[in-house]
Amino acid sequence: MSDWRPGAALAQLRQRAQLLAQIRAFFAARGVLEVETPLLCSRGITDPAIEPLLVERGESLTHAPRFLQTSPEYAMKRLLAAGSGPIYQICKAFRDGEAGRRHNPEFTLLEWYRPGMDHHALMAEVAALVCSCLGERPWQAFTYRELFQRCLQLDPFTADIATLQRTARQLTDPGTLAGGRDLWLDLLLTHAVEPWLAGQGLCFVYDYPASQAALARLAQRDGEVVGERFELYIDGVEVANGYHELDDVVEQRARFEADNRQRAAAGQPERPLDEALLAALAAGLPAVSGVALGLDRLLLLASGETDIRRLLAFSWERC
Amino acid sequence: MANFSTNEFRPGLKVMLDGDPCSILENEFVKPGKGQAFNRVRMRNLKTGRVWERTFKSGESLEGADVMDRSMEYLYTDGEFWYFMEPDTFEQHQADAKAVGDSYLWLKEQDGCEVTLYNGTPLSVAPANFVELEIVETDPGLKGDTAQGGSKPAKLSTGAVVKVPLFVTTGEVIRVDTRTGEYQNRVSK
Repeated sequence: MSDWRPGAALAQLRQRAQLLAQIRAFFAARGVLEVETPLLCSRGITDPAIEPLLVERGESLTHAPRFLQTSPEYAMKRLLAAGSGPIYQICKAFRDGEAGRRHNPEFTLLEWYRPGMDHHALMAEVAALVCSCLGERPWQAFTYRELFQRCLQLDPFTADIATLQRTARQLTDPGTLAGGRDLWLDLLLTHAVEPWLAGQGLCFVYDYPASQAALARLAQRDGEVVGERFELYIDGVEVANGYHELDDVVEQRARFEADNRQRAAAGQPERPLDEALLAALAAGLPAVSGVALGLDRLLLLASGETDIRRLLAFSWERC
Repeated sequence: MANFSTNEFRPGLKVMLDGDPCSILENEFVKPGKGQAFNRVRMRNLKTGRVWERTFKSGESLEGADVMDRSMEYLYTDGEFWYFMEPDTFEQHQADAKAVGDSYLWLKEQDGCEVTLYNGTPLSVAPANFVELEIVETDPGLKGDTAQGGSKPAKLSTGAVVKVPLFVTTGEVIRVDTRTGEYQNRVSK
């Protein structure tokens, strides 16, 4: 029989319990309501870079397989559209094929939504939450553009694809990698910008290229269209992703369809659109910002560990 | 051979890349918050010895390479080939100069070593980390000089030249670290 014992020490389990208690106290003090939404969803996510796990058999699955959620975002937006006010959720989320020192296919997310806040106000609240868990520390914020200019001396909005590829080749052997601008920007981000962020403590990156807006609103900034999206890095570890949420149902549908075209082109299965979410947007989502924070990673930083598998009672390999 | 996806890349796995067998040294999964996930993979080309980092899209796969590391006994050389034997089956393999490379400097008959076979043929030979070899030529020793101090070149029975302390003399057997080519100590006969 394989190793039955947990991968995490008891001290780590206690630290996780303490972290969860701190987070619940933080939101209770701010009047944010804890909610639960289903883990099994009848609609998958269209994002071409995220693959869900499927549950295919069972008498309850009368019509179709169900997807294990990759995040509780759509269900929580339906609650917001129904007038929930500020809400948060601590839940499991699942992403196929993501495993490593900082990834487990099953992981714990803290996701919350703040009606009336833009992404800058939410960044400040994320910093306050993180400091309440890890101890007070300074934080800073850079635009995506500033970071590329600083780390790579190039403008990610205007540099041509040949420049991006040439810069990538100075960092790694890209072999047969092929893709559009976003692929090369992602490579430069993971190979050069994130290592630089490792020395920057608590640091937000915001205002992404419009093509990487995901579910964020677009805005004009210095002559470029940006997605009002942010990421939090702590010592170079990506911990949270937030949006000033898109509330335009027409635009949202167009983005889902564009995702599906990209999936089809790459030979990935297309995903049926989440019509319930689109109906909620049509009914009216309040102006809101939301963020998803990886709790296992926050625990990684709180504990000083370097491998997430030593923080999970039973990592993927041990279940 | 089976195919291996990037999430199966483990240190020591041998795969084919651009027609050459390569060994995986390290594999790091990286992903920006949203967007394309990559695997940054440090690999060694087993034909050329080159070590470098290659980036793959996560989920890409490579064909496994028919490469095996075997403990063998070095038998002899006829000048053109070096002959090795698997101790359990007595099967013999001949390796050419390209496969043996600089390892011939540390191969003593009947010593154990590690031979890497690619499609059944020796691809590379790694000597033991420490070998004991006789000095066949060095300047006369200085009596009583056993403290730290100078060193001198000494030629070994295999042709290797290593730096030894001044007190070591021709005919003595010394222990050498083959990874660095450094003298370790004298070995009493």
